[in-house]
Amino acid sequence: MLSYIIRRLLLMVLTLFGVSIAIFLLLRIVPGNIADILFDSAGLIDPAEKQKIIADLGLDKSLPVQYAQWIGGLLQGDLGFSYVSEKPVIDEILPRIPITARLAGLALLFSVMMGVPLGVISAVRQNSWTDYGLRILSLSGLSMPSFWLGLLILMAFVHFFGTIPIYDRAPASTWAWLQMMIIPAAAVGFRSAALIMRLTRSSMLEVLRQDFVRTARSKGLSERAVTYDHALRNAVLPVITTIGVETAFLMGGLIVTETVFNIPGVARFLVEAIRWRDYPMVQNLVMFIAFVVVTVNLIVDLAYMLVDPRIRYGE
Amino acid sequence: MSTTTAHPPPRAVAVTGFWHDAAYLAKRYPLGVAGAIIMTLFVLAAIFAGWVAPLDPFTTNPRASLAKPSGTHLMGADMMGRDVFSRMIHGARISLAVSIGATLIGSGFGAALGLASGYIGGWFDLLVQRLAEVMQSLPLLVMALVITASLGPSLPNTIIAIAIPLIPTVARVIRSNVLSLREMPFVEAARATGMSEFRIAVIHVLPNTLAPLIVLATAQLGSTILTEASLSFLGLGVPEPWPSWGRMLSESAAEYVRTAPWLVIFPGLAISLVVFGTNLLGDALRDALDPRQRD
Repeated sequence: MLSYIIRRLLLMVLTLFGVSIAIFLLLRIVPGNIADILFDSAGLIDPAEKQKIIADLGLDKSLPVQYAQWIGGLLQGDLGFSYVSEKPVIDEILPRIPITARLAGLALLFSVMMGVPLGVISAVRQNSWTDYGLRILSLSGLSMPSFWLGLLILMAFVHFFGTIPIYDRAPASTWAWLQMMIIPAAAVGFRSAALIMRLTRSSMLEVLRQDFVRTARSKGLSERAVTYDHALRNAVLPVITTIGVETAFLMGGLIVTETVFNIPGVARFLVEAIRWRDYPMVQNLVMFIAFVVVTVNLIVDLAYMLVDPRIRYGE
Repeated sequence: MSTTTAHPPPRAVAVTGFWHDAAYLAKRYPLGVAGAIIMTLFVLAAIFAGWVAPLDPFTTNPRASLAKPSGTHLMGADMMGRDVFSRMIHGARISLAVSIGATLIGSGFGAALGLASGYIGGWFDLLVQRLAEVMQSLPLLVMALVITASLGPSLPNTIIAIAIPLIPTVARVIRSNVLSLREMPFVEAARATGMSEFRIAVIHVLPNTLAPLIVLATAQLGSTILTEASLSFLGLGVPEPWPSWGRMLSESAAEYVRTAPWLVIFPGLAISLVVFGTNLLGDALRDALDPRQRD
């Protein structure tokens, strides 16, 4: 178990190292550096000034040196300075993380609370009208862009209440926060809910066909006890894996949802950094996202191992 | 069995007419056929956009600015007085061109890489696996965003930006298929006849991965459409003057939610409907071609 964890951690470091090289090169493939862009957009004409900008940003050094400086700083918690705000990158990123993390947590909670029960109902009443309705619901969830769903909910709010619950200032209380976040969370979590529903359904159907379920029934257990105590416990296992996969997807959804609802989180910040061509910001944000995805996947694998004693990795 | 190239394999099913086949499929996979019909309608609308669209999608008309849906403007008009319905029909072109193009490129490269990686094995396989892990640690949209940021927004760049993140997923599925296929007796038989490894891989192994490849590609068609819509919505996808569904939504976002809801409803409906179609079709294809891939 311990050796498995150590091996996974080493692989994780290797993966992140690969991501750092990929993103570093990707942002430098295209000729024309930030100095050129600043030069054009700000209308600077003094070549000496341009040389100074290039030197200040370290763009005159060779690529390996630039890369080593970035990674060296990263390991010491120094992420460099934003090209745009000229503030330390870490001061820009850190305060935005909790906003996105809480929104993602709420979205995930919503998707599990909606997806698992509806998936169970769909499986228990297989091929009934309820089942068909729920399957169409889940397929629609997988088909709708989350930003459109968000806009539709906003529209409904305008129609029924005359106001839009949009983020304009930091919420004062937990209750105010929940009121503000529940709609974006539902909009972005609906896709995950749909996927979890689909998975729970097929996983439940699989389990309900197994021998131990028949044994439980023949012992005279109530249908309720069979469904919830015996079947659901086993059916929920593969769903845990999806939660890991969905975290990556949720990140993508959060980017657009934070944009629609004007939430100053870290996901929307990536788009802003890309628009401003703020490369130090972009590469650090991408590293952060990769770190989150890889970590969540590791945690999910370990949780899976704890929940299901039949699974033993790396022996 | 695969060495008997001289005789065509006997037909398992008696030759039947098109309508008979269609009726059989409709009965067996009603939802899949519904999905195929939706897809066909969108493809036809895209191909014949010039004839289907009642008005020119680029002509601005100040007097029709934000016109409500009516006889002349079936789905209303946008800020600049351009007809929303006509822009949506032309938008189908962009949406489908990007998604089909990206899916073909991504699946093609992915399949080639997966075949090579599974068949050659060794250090090459290890390298491809690690690379795939690196790419999969970033969400599709984030990857696509960063690639667009690097290449700059244009129609071909959007296709490339969406195609690249698809490669590792396809490569992994094909690789695992190839790993089991290469131990099959027919591969051994081909080897015994003195065939080169390259020919075995391409002629005998590759065709057997077609079923999972088709299933996977159809499933990804939907997510490529959604990714293109998201990129364009964020203003980093297909640039003006192409009408793209995602950008129609971003042009109309927050403020029009109050004043001109038709600008928000219809483009989103088009995206959802076409993705719904690909999902229905994808599910049916998976059931029909590759029952093992069921989730």
